Amino acid sequence: MHEFAAILQSIPIDEILIQTVNGVVTGMILALVASGLTLIFGIMDVVNFAHGELFMLGAYIGVVVIAETGNFWLALVASSLTVAILGAALQIVALRPLIGRDPLNTILATFGISLVLQNFALWEFGPSARKVSEPLNASFQLFYLTYPWYRIVIAGLSAAIIGGFWLFLKYGKYGIWIRATTQDRVMAQAMGIPVPWVYTGVFAIGAGMAAASGMLFAPLVGVNHTMGLDWVLKAFIVVVVGGMGNLGGSVAAAIFVSLLEAYAAIWVSPSQAVIVSFVVLILTLLFRPTGLFAPTPR
Amino acid sequence: MTTTPLDKSMPFNRAGLSHTAVYWIGFCVVMVVLTVAPLVLPVFWAKFVTECLIWGLLAMSSDLLIGYTGMVSFGHSAFFGLGMYGAAGALLHTHPPNLWLAILAGLGGAAGCALFVAYFSTRLRDIYFAITTLIFSQIFYVIIFTWTSVTGGENGLIFTRPHFLIPFLYDVRFTTATMHWFVLAAVAGSYLILRRITQSPFGMVLQSIRENEARTRAIGYPVQSYKIVAVMLSGLFAGLAGVLYAVQNEFAAPDFVYFITSGDTVIFNVMGGIGTLVGPIVGAGFFQLLRELFSRLFGEQFPYLIPLGLVFIAMIIFLPQGLMGWARRWLNK
Repeated sequence: MHEFAAILQSIPIDEILIQTVNGVVTGMILALVASGLTLIFGIMDVVNFAHGELFMLGAYIGVVVIAETGNFWLALVASSLTVAILGAALQIVALRPLIGRDPLNTILATFGISLVLQNFALWEFGPSARKVSEPLNASFQLFYLTYPWYRIVIAGLSAAIIGGFWLFLKYGKYGIWIRATTQDRVMAQAMGIPVPWVYTGVFAIGAGMAAASGMLFAPLVGVNHTMGLDWVLKAFIVVVVGGMGNLGGSVAAAIFVSLLEAYAAIWVSPSQAVIVSFVVLILTLLFRPTGLFAPTPR
Repeated sequence: MTTTPLDKSMPFNRAGLSHTAVYWIGFCVVMVVLTVAPLVLPVFWAKFVTECLIWGLLAMSSDLLIGYTGMVSFGHSAFFGLGMYGAAGALLHTHPPNLWLAILAGLGGAAGCALFVAYFSTRLRDIYFAITTLIFSQIFYVIIFTWTSVTGGENGLIFTRPHFLIPFLYDVRFTTATMHWFVLAAVAGSYLILRRITQSPFGMVLQSIRENEARTRAIGYPVQSYKIVAVMLSGLFAGLAGVLYAVQNEFAAPDFVYFITSGDTVIFNVMGGIGTLVGPIVGAGFFQLLRELFSRLFGEQFPYLIPLGLVFIAMIIFLPQGLMGWARRWLNK
């Protein structure tokens, strides 16, 4: 009994609770990135390697707009819109000619896009990280930490964007177009839905969501031209663990993976905590390749 | 993305030579040119050609998967890196440093790594295979980057180049030229072995997996074992490339285990033409040449990957067979 109490006392409950909050916050941002990725995959069979770069570019455009206007929320809207337009342009120029070819071609093309965007950011903004100050300064007391309200706001905002997007898919006219194209693109075309433009639109929406999450996340870590790859890797893990093309699964997996990483970071360094999510991915692929949060295939 | 082996359709048959004869004549001409290269080129360009050959070997090893088995590996940096660190470890811990031990250690490291990766990733297909290999290579990167006491962490390992040694016969220091010849011999040997593999019954099974995996399984081939062996073979040659690169440059660095190397490997393949074995080497040379050209034109600081990435995207859209495929069609006219 005594030993049990000792073990119980050795568990750092306050740290675990703090990391739970942290995990949910990063999880929501990750969910926002991953839902764009999974949407693009689900509808177009395109694995978008450039997604992380769109995330990074969103943050950089935000930095520029903030420098001009000083308004964070304006920057958030401006960067999502700009990157959405950029995404549409990229889809039209580079991906549309590849429709109907081996899916490998589109993967390679998005990989090429990511190279160009990443090096453009390096060239334009330089290798040093840019700081973005938080738009809210309020904070509250969480155990021994003063926890900024901004992080809670991020989580809420991400949830709101994902929720709004879900409602749009469910009830909006264009949302119904998107779902119809996902289910059967030939039939959708026959029904008069302009499938190529749905593709472009979906890519733009995914890009805009990536940019929004990049901008929301920027105040926490600073903006750097290599931040894209880390995030696209995490988003890939989340999308596979959640089940490719499954929006709800991606959100659940994002929070799950981020929580695990946050807990692991109590005991090992954050760069090693990444391995935890790798292990989750491998286990998922081995035992449940359709995704942890997808219904069991019959 | 299907291409037939290059030699089957060698076009200029007017002199009445058989395909095989034309092929071997072409092979000998290229070998002679590459052998003479370090004697006539300035040192910088001689080293440049050597590096192109090493990158070509890496790309060629991944062509066995991309072009012949239909599996795109985004994780070849792990095999390359393990080869590098294996060689570095052997060179640092043996006195005097022994070249052959280094090669053995590098190949062993790469093979072990490849077995691990192959066992898990071959259960998956298409994009899932690509993502899994990518994730595995990142795992190895994180391990190498954080395990500072063994791998030197961010700084990597630095060592002196071993002598070229044949026991009791021969013991010389590597010069630029002999290093080049050594690399050339290794790459040419690997090329011949890989060519033989792709033409063997084993290679035919790999190609049938590429064409139709379900049917190959239905005929009765144990597809997964074939895939595991393919990944391991590919990893072995990638490891050899890593060893050669380490010996050539006298260091092993975590940067080379990072995703960028894997990405470059895929770019070399696509640029040169997948499923041709020679193509990836051409692609590697083309890539490095363009890179050199851009940095000479616009200065060292210029991010050469912007124009190169654009060229790459354009090639995917307009020239999906790569340079070799294009050259072959042009010669066939």
